[in-house]
Amino acid sequence: MDIHTSLYEGQHICLAPIDHDKDAEIESKWTHDPEYLRLLDTAPARPLSAWQLKKKYEAIEKSAEEEKNSVYFTIRTRPSESEPAERLVGFVQLQSIEWTNGNGHVRLGIGDPHDRLKGYGTEVLGLILRYAFCELNLYRLTAFIPEYNPAALRLFEKAGFVREVCRRQALNRDGRRWDQYGLGLLRDEWQSAVEKQPAVEQQPSAEQQPTVQNQPATGKQSES
Amino acid sequence: MRLTAEDPAVTAEQFVRSNRDSEYVRLLDNTEARLWSVKKVKEWLEKGFEKETPATFTFSIRILESDRLIGFVGLGGVQWSQGDAWMGIGLGDRQDWGKGYGTDALRVLLRYIFTELNLHRVSLGVFEYNPRALRSYEKAGFRMEGRQRKLYEREGRRWDGIVMGILREEWEQLA
Repeated sequence: MDIHTSLYEGQHICLAPIDHDKDAEIESKWTHDPEYLRLLDTAPARPLSAWQLKKKYEAIEKSAEEEKNSVYFTIRTRPSESEPAERLVGFVQLQSIEWTNGNGHVRLGIGDPHDRLKGYGTEVLGLILRYAFCELNLYRLTAFIPEYNPAALRLFEKAGFVREVCRRQALNRDGRRWDQYGLGLLRDEWQSAVEKQPAVEQQPSAEQQPTVQNQPATGKQSES
Repeated sequence: MRLTAEDPAVTAEQFVRSNRDSEYVRLLDNTEARLWSVKKVKEWLEKGFEKETPATFTFSIRILESDRLIGFVGLGGVQWSQGDAWMGIGLGDRQDWGKGYGTDALRVLLRYIFTELNLHRVSLGVFEYNPRALRSYEKAGFRMEGRQRKLYEREGRRWDGIVMGILREEWEQLA
């Protein structure tokens, strides 16, 4: 890859900005599916109206502008013969970026269950890793994934992430406790994996799902 | 020692004094060491109190005999629906290190976490280059839950972040 290769375009999907007028209605539908929210987040699932989501988009862009520690993309299908117009399918973000340490947290979601077995997740992760390592020049990425989301674990591990942390019984859902895994990927590891890949685009595989991550609040350190 | 609440002016003065010691800050926090004025820190603390977010609990630590203020313990990122939170502790004056005050404060905080807040577990992060803190947490009953490889960069090299946690049932066994 070089400077002529788009940072934003995959084979079937692309990264795009938020469309404040149109996206909220669609995302509002996704948030009425509790499974989507529970795969995505540790906060209690609750549906959001289009109005609430528009406020959220404003907050996301305001925070990105002022605090400069996050990046948010929408994920859209690329125009094809069967579907000539771009269509919103999800989002991907880098958050809690620490510039001094070169670390950021990745989080992604594909909203409609029908869009989940098409390889979009793999493509999105490919794009966001390149963006994080080759444009933001981060040193490593972190993701937190619940034990009850094995599809997301497979997706991230396939992309080279390594399971580093097991926060035992950190989650409580459906009347039982679940572990939460912390995964990490170093730029060196990503680079050597990319160099080994064939130049041909990967075929979409049939296994990924949406979503990932909940990022623990900053763990303050120490004692002494 | 005992855990106390202090006025913003008192906490700010202590915070600013502690932060003049760069080693303390680098053992404590992952953001870059910086120096802030008492005025600025007081403003932040006052703003924080106005919000009164129930996801954060910070206590000051005072020695029982002399009533001297020696540091803080804090709980953040409380997720009530999951029963999970993150904690941290700092003793600002190195004269107070290694005297068991931290262990004592941890013991009181854990009791508060498990018998007042009724959480299921609590997590913390510690730097690879802070073995003294690591030992102290192990002594308090925390278990190692993993290492985030090369998460931090300081003094020209990368360091792991260690994640530790303690479950309510493990804490009950300690008593």
